[in-house]
Amino acid sequence: MSEDKREVLLEVKNLKKYFTVETSFFGKPTSILKAVDDVSFKIYKGEAFGLVGESGCGKSTIGKMLVDLYKPTSGEIIYNGVDISKLRPQERRKYCKDIQLIFQDPYASLNPRMTIGDIIAEPIRINHLLPENQIEDRVTYLLNCVGLANHQRNRYPHEFSGGQRQRVGIARALAVQPKLIVCDEPVSALDVSIQAQVLNLLDDLKDQFGLTYLFIAHGLNVVKHISDRVGVMYLGKLMEVAGKHEIYDNPLNPYTQALLSAIPSTDITKKKERIILTGDVPTPINPPKGCRFSSRCFKKCAGCDDILPELKNIGNDHQVACHLYDENPQ
Amino acid sequence: MSKKKRTEVVAGEVIEKPESQIRVMWETLKKNKAALAGLIVILFLVFLAIFGDLLAPYDPEYSDMAHTFVKPCAQYWFGTDQLGRDIFSRVLSGTKISLMVGLCAVAFSLIIGTILGSIAGYFGGRVDGFIMRCMDIMLSIPSILLAITLMAALGKGLDKAIIAIGTVSIPEYARIVRSSILSVKENDYVAAAKVIGNSDGRIIFRHILPNVISSIVVRATLGISTAILDTAALGFLGMGVQPPMAEWGDMLGRARTYIFSAPYTLIFPGLAITLAVLAFNLFGDGLRDALDPKERV
Repeated sequence: MSEDKREVLLEVKNLKKYFTVETSFFGKPTSILKAVDDVSFKIYKGEAFGLVGESGCGKSTIGKMLVDLYKPTSGEIIYNGVDISKLRPQERRKYCKDIQLIFQDPYASLNPRMTIGDIIAEPIRINHLLPENQIEDRVTYLLNCVGLANHQRNRYPHEFSGGQRQRVGIARALAVQPKLIVCDEPVSALDVSIQAQVLNLLDDLKDQFGLTYLFIAHGLNVVKHISDRVGVMYLGKLMEVAGKHEIYDNPLNPYTQALLSAIPSTDITKKKERIILTGDVPTPINPPKGCRFSSRCFKKCAGCDDILPELKNIGNDHQVACHLYDENPQ
Repeated sequence: MSKKKRTEVVAGEVIEKPESQIRVMWETLKKNKAALAGLIVILFLVFLAIFGDLLAPYDPEYSDMAHTFVKPCAQYWFGTDQLGRDIFSRVLSGTKISLMVGLCAVAFSLIIGTILGSIAGYFGGRVDGFIMRCMDIMLSIPSILLAITLMAALGKGLDKAIIAIGTVSIPEYARIVRSSILSVKENDYVAAAKVIGNSDGRIIFRHILPNVISSIVVRATLGISTAILDTAALGFLGMGVQPPMAEWGDMLGRARTYIFSAPYTLIFPGLAITLAVLAFNLFGDGLRDALDPKERV
């Protein structure tokens, strides 16, 4: 598959999100947290783009910017050729039909005072997608799609298990017939046995509804199951982007290598070298000046502390931000 | 839960009916004897407020100068006052005014306080600062003093009393609503409501307020008793309703000269105030327990 033939659904260019942690007496920011710092990537139509990284690396912040829960500090979010980050609120709201979000915590993401039928019907109603008399049928259909029984529609969220609640969350996201769904760690709050079910459901729905996913997770193993391409983030920066197989078989960035070595293997014949990183993740308020990973990198060389590596294409649809590799656009 | 779910049939399918929140609340409330007693007294007072005039043996405003200061007897159950009016009839008639002022004043401050508190809590920032500082200014003035000042500015009368008493407690409701909203708005379901395209107004009214309503309802119930007391206080000071209308506080105020010679002129309106305030307090406390999900079994 060559890059040119694929249709870009969403492109993020130089996206930044800074949070002000402290302000001086006169309201001037004195301490800034760089949650997302100059991130660019593309999501092609019909694919699942996985975004991984440890807590606090900014992956959820990206997801929230895509659905307008956060306003980007700078940069562009280009959806279908339109920069939606600069639109006025009225105009921006039209795109909420196209980009939806599945939340991490299914216990907090459903309004406890609404029945699940109402929760799923609400997005249809407020966006005037269907006449009132057809909403009932649509909700029934959506419930069936996510594997819930229609007779449960008048129950309240507290009567359901975590996995069932997440299914309700998925049905709510599907209700507006979105093109892109941001899955913000949709399974990390669930039991391992339920995780697989929900992942399989998401996979099935992707084909059934022709969806595109931005799949955010903190472990590469979950992403491996569902993604076509994977981006690895560290301290607000994108470190490596590649196809799923490429990144698992040929991880280039030392951080990706360390992440991959942390996945437990069931194959006892394969002896794996576990890379143990030393030190803690530096604070995003005051990150290392050069490569963000330089303070913990086990392959650090001379320039790493001072020069910030750009994300460069090294061929085979593989991008990496590391001084160890040279640009090779084939 | 072993209770059988109620079901209904829609399009040939059996669908469970939602479990009524009110029924669950009622079950919990029933177990609280004090709250139940409060509720019964409140219902009794409401009954008296509606039918009091029909039950009253005498015209509460009719002055019979031949029978002043009659001690409680078979003919005049609670005795008569300095103008020879039947105190029993006047206490009955006063129920209507006390309840009406209490409810209307609470409704007035509840509506305005909820709107102000919602705006402050939801939008935050400068709007929040401005609204809450105004509320702080109002809170810094003793409430009865503020009510008297408002009455002086608005003039006498029942409607003015409602506005004055209502205005005084706006800051309390605004604060409660604001703090509840602050704790609820960080929930993911509020973010979810935003993501699916809800407007700010709809998010506040449909997603946030229903989740904070219990604390507001409890405060409002307790607020009725405060409002009844405030009405009585204004009446006592001669600023509430106009004579010869019967109002409990006003009765107390006008009879206080005779506290030693004819104590029954004060005891009965005083008891009525105590009973009403106690009933609303007990019921409010029970309601708070009933609405707290942690108290449910």
